[in-house]
Amino acid sequence: MNLLADAFSWLTDPDQWSGSTGIPARTVEQLRYSAAALVAAAVLALPVGLWLGHLRRFGQVAINVGNVGRAVPSFAVILLASQIWAIEEWPLVGPVSLFLALTLLAIPPMLINAYTGMSEVPDDLRDAARGMGFSGMGQALRVELPVSLPLVLAGIRISTLQVVATATLGAVVGAGGLGRYIVDGLAVRDNARVLAGAILVAALALIIEGLLAVVQRIAVSPGVRRTDVTRPAGRLSGSTSSAS
Amino acid sequence: MLIAQARYERDAWLDWSWVADRWGDTVYPALREHLILTMLTMVIGIVLAMPVAVLAARKRWLYPPVLSATGILYTIPSLALLALLVPYTGLSRTTALIPLVSYTLLILIRNTVAGLDAVPAEAVEAATGMGYRGGQRLLRVELPLALPSILAGVRIATVTTIGLVTVTSLIGQDNLGQLMLDGFGLRFRTPIVVGTALAVLLAVAADAALYGLQRLSAPWTRTKPA
Repeated sequence: MNLLADAFSWLTDPDQWSGSTGIPARTVEQLRYSAAALVAAAVLALPVGLWLGHLRRFGQVAINVGNVGRAVPSFAVILLASQIWAIEEWPLVGPVSLFLALTLLAIPPMLINAYTGMSEVPDDLRDAARGMGFSGMGQALRVELPVSLPLVLAGIRISTLQVVATATLGAVVGAGGLGRYIVDGLAVRDNARVLAGAILVAALALIIEGLLAVVQRIAVSPGVRRTDVTRPAGRLSGSTSSAS
Repeated sequence: MLIAQARYERDAWLDWSWVADRWGDTVYPALREHLILTMLTMVIGIVLAMPVAVLAARKRWLYPPVLSATGILYTIPSLALLALLVPYTGLSRTTALIPLVSYTLLILIRNTVAGLDAVPAEAVEAATGMGYRGGQRLLRVELPLALPSILAGVRIATVTTIGLVTVTSLIGQDNLGQLMLDGFGLRFRTPIVVGTALAVLLAVAADAALYGLQRLSAPWTRTKPA
């Protein structure tokens, strides 16, 4: 039998495209978990990273958060988080555990890149801004932030990709998302469903990576555009923080 | 993997008596398997990445397509890549190794090329003047000078791999991830905590050991005499 053909016919079966367990609903679930965690992480990490970078202080803290983030497996955090609640059969255990784990996962790249971007703004620019009469806050928001935007956005992009990819693992603790097809398919040894789920997850990750690249290109001022902002600019930037 | 549970405190985050009872037949084998899979991944990853990186550093037009290809591999989520292979290579160690190795390639190749690029032109010229030729110059002058950067990549890739190995428990690999998964299935916290703690310890220990190696590989950066 031809597995790819089986997976393809599974994917093109109209039954898989409707209802609460259909592909559109599962995709929306995956994106919703991801968006919630990314917003929470951005609210926590970006102001701190940007402000510390502006002050050029506590850089070691940013490095350490990045290293710790890499050493703690997201898979472990999801499983651990699912054990916090002792309430049996609470239907939100899966999504809430996943939310916690994804938020923690998203913080290091945002924090590190925000810090690096702000702290690497050239001295002459900072001096010029001060000379023009900007206050500390004005200088940070109106001069340093636009200049450091490529790195800040690169951090958000890395976090987004990691979070969307890792949201797949939520299926293990009972959350929804496209990971359900893989985890359930493996459980009942339905290879067509496993393969179809894998194709959907991989496609979603690649599409989002492509979209983010476009967004980054549009959002960054041509004057400060770097040739490749996802490449590490210094030892602090976390473009290779961790696959998931 | 068997976890007898009745005798243990299921509500405690860490029941040491379980750890003591199960160290020999459950915990230590899982830790060992975790280490073996990580080391196999890194050895295969380095063997594959080195020639590609050296070639890409020489023939510049090769580098962008190599980066794109390894970048795409890196973007595909681990569970998806594992699941893609299960129908073909089964619930085997090979299935676990292919994605794990493919995730190391981007990091290893990028750091090796960066390291080779940073070799001072004078050093290469001096080596050529002393009669070193292509392969010999590469092995005895360029690669040693690039070694700190290469090892920096090995550190990142190793720590990342130790984390990703936990996910391979979903395709039946008996490692620290399986310990966590069993704990989850039995609603028993201790194995999850033990598995997590050992995975983190393993990552920290590997990082520290490789950091030491990185320092040794670059004696010229040390200010004090050894």
